[in-house]
Amino acid sequence: MPPAAEAASPEPVLLAVEGITKHFAGVTALSDVSLDIRPGEILGLLGENGAGKSTLLKILSGVVPPSGGRITFDGADYHPSSPQDAKRLGIVTIYQELSLIPTLTVAENIFIGRAPIGQFGLVSWRRMEQESRTIIARVGLSIDPMTPVSALSVAEQQLVEIARALSLKSRLIIMDEPTSALTETEVQRLLSIMDRLRKDKVAIMFVTHRLEEASAICDRMTVLRDGRLAGHLDREGGPIALPKIIEKMVGRAASELYARPAQRAVAGDVVLSVRGLRTVRDPEAPHAIVLDGVDIDLKAGEILGVAGLVGSGRTELARAIFGADRIAAGTITLDGKPIAPASPADAIALGIGLLPEDRKHQAIFAALGILPNFSIASLGSFSNGFGFMAERREHDALSGFRKMLSIRMASAEQAIEGLSGGNQQKVILARWLARDPKVLIVDEPTRGVDVGAKTEVHQILVQLAARGIAVMMISSELPEVLAVSDRIVTMRRGRITGQMPGVEANEERLMELMALDRKETL
Amino acid sequence: MSVAGEQDQRGGINFARLLMSFGPLLFLVALIIVFTVLKPSFMDPINLFNITRQISITGLIALGMTFVILTAGIDLSVGSLLAFCGMVAAVVAKGGSANTLSLSTSGTQGFGWFAALLAAVVVGAAAGGVQGLVITRLKVPPFVVTLGGLTVFRGLTLTISNGGPISGFDASMRWFGTGLIGPVPVPALIFAAAAILCHIVLRYTRYGRAVYAVGGNAEAARLSGLRVDRILVSVYVIVGFFAGLAAFVLSARLNSSEAVAGIGYELTVISAVVIGGTSLFGGIGSVGGTVVGAALIGVLQNGLQFNNVSSYTQSIVIGLILILAVAFDRWLKSRVRR
Repeated sequence: MPPAAEAASPEPVLLAVEGITKHFAGVTALSDVSLDIRPGEILGLLGENGAGKSTLLKILSGVVPPSGGRITFDGADYHPSSPQDAKRLGIVTIYQELSLIPTLTVAENIFIGRAPIGQFGLVSWRRMEQESRTIIARVGLSIDPMTPVSALSVAEQQLVEIARALSLKSRLIIMDEPTSALTETEVQRLLSIMDRLRKDKVAIMFVTHRLEEASAICDRMTVLRDGRLAGHLDREGGPIALPKIIEKMVGRAASELYARPAQRAVAGDVVLSVRGLRTVRDPEAPHAIVLDGVDIDLKAGEILGVAGLVGSGRTELARAIFGADRIAAGTITLDGKPIAPASPADAIALGIGLLPEDRKHQAIFAALGILPNFSIASLGSFSNGFGFMAERREHDALSGFRKMLSIRMASAEQAIEGLSGGNQQKVILARWLARDPKVLIVDEPTRGVDVGAKTEVHQILVQLAARGIAVMMISSELPEVLAVSDRIVTMRRGRITGQMPGVEANEERLMELMALDRKETL
Repeated sequence: MSVAGEQDQRGGINFARLLMSFGPLLFLVALIIVFTVLKPSFMDPINLFNITRQISITGLIALGMTFVILTAGIDLSVGSLLAFCGMVAAVVAKGGSANTLSLSTSGTQGFGWFAALLAAVVVGAAAGGVQGLVITRLKVPPFVVTLGGLTVFRGLTLTISNGGPISGFDASMRWFGTGLIGPVPVPALIFAAAAILCHIVLRYTRYGRAVYAVGGNAEAARLSGLRVDRILVSVYVIVGFFAGLAAFVLSARLNSSEAVAGIGYELTVISAVVIGGTSLFGGIGSVGGTVVGAALIGVLQNGLQFNNVSSYTQSIVIGLILILAVAFDRWLKSRVRR
């Protein structure tokens, strides 16, 4: 077929999303979003955290049904009843947390639930191995299919998932942040495989925060903002320019969501100082992010915002300072004295507190009441010399914080699980305030907290800083960083990429520093 | 969203919680009533005190096991450890291995009951501590470490005893197994005192809070500044201590330390803890529950015996009750969640 004819008859639309809306418990997560994708096309789906990307993915992959709107796939109405159903219909979603079974081999994972049957109704291992080899070759893998998946790198596992999707005759592959855990070389390899699949007429939806990567590979982009469609971008001759993308992603008057607290008093002396901090590569997680020489100063009475995407090293920085992860090199000084916390217990004794990013798994004792959840970090000060709990003092302290932080709870004995996310977070904040820390690190303090309570949490952080506590706030939500930070640093790939006073920052600048390599800064 | 709505929900949770903590107790009371109706002499004080004596050995170990299971751990070695500690106590009571074959109870050569008791609990605690260190330092799951311990301690017992029993202790030692204070058997008093102590420790001390926290969420406990490994080691020390104490009482009661003592005790002990409502996933449970669980098993065994049910059938019934108790617990929790 002559090239001209091909250009004249573009592929018919494979997936068309028209006016999709989704409400969760009265909150609108997606409102009137439309997009389409054709075979042999890579569509970028971009947007800040909370823009609605995950909700859209959940709908497309059959996890939740939409509240309104219409989706057609391959000319027919598409409403999958489950992720399995979506897969069967030809849409496979590959999430950041890979879904392979680590103890099984590559071949077993590819053929899970549909192993080739040979003589006597038994599994034909020979056929399974041979076919797996062909299947993984399509994504450029030449490993032994009988290798257990646990022995593969994250990048290789991802390719196995893509290969499995292809073997299932998937017509549309949705990739959710596939590059966040990859090294630069691995990213290049993935992009070239995506390019190859495009030539094979596979449609790919590429969900990412990494703007350069999206710009390099995507034919078109759909940008979401605050649950709505912010716009479509087309590759016209060359790659889609980064400033255009950022403009679409941010595109609102800075932070209507959070009012910036009034200008505060000048920060005091440097309390915590970090120089050249590097962390150890965990042999069991060789692809995890390690800190690569981080310098940071934190002053009494200020809120330092640390902005970074997933995989930027922001959480690793907090954990290293807190003694939760091993440090390979660098120094940490607290009040001018070098410290080397070997465990969280050491760090806590020195006056550091950490509100971890994953409340459910790292902070909450779900089986216990509010009282023990509150006092767990201060058992020493709430008990007498014989080790007996001074419950009266404990109750008094809790009711003090209950007023101060306006924690809405029924009683101290109530199970903490019964509280809303915002009130749980306030209990965890109270846990640290009871220790009167010098340094308080809060990692994604408003994750899983509803909008009204977010503002409350922000106000609490401002109050704490006003009391002289040095607050380090890690967040991937830029409006939040801008709303409460006195000073902001940005991180990417285990390094600090920029630093500025909060008043001088805006979302565009931060986004550039978070999402771009320094050499490519606009 | 109204206040009334919140309170309704709270009331519901409290009611279910009440049921959850008193469920096993209600079941125990029901059993006692059934057995009394079947045979009124079941309620005879002599029989009741018999039951308390019977449950005191596994009950003591179950107290220690409660600490372990609260941290989401398990100790399968307690039966073998009991035999081992009993043998150590016997050797000490007899004044050294040279005298172990003598059946003399004159006690002239022995070191006395106190030394025997001390030896049993110290050896038990130390053995538990070693297992705890292997669990925390070498990161071997408790199930595996204590499964190994089960064989190792049995082997050690057979080695020091040459496979046979060591019998014949002096009267002062035997009192701890057979004595009475008023009408109450001494082992039952020891169990009661130990249960009260454990209850106080778990409910009212800083250490108790830490045990629940570690079992409820080990990572959150670590990030809250608890020395998780130390607490984990300590619970294995505690269960080992109680295995030693139980061994001493058992040897005193039988006037003999048997190399085959305590076989299968781990299962009775774990059953008592679990029937008592302590979650195998950690963080939920109480000493009171364990006492009820131990009593439930004791009453069941005794009552079935009393009604001439064969020991074979007893095993079947106790096994089924264990499963039922946990199923009931799960069902209650699913109701609470809803």
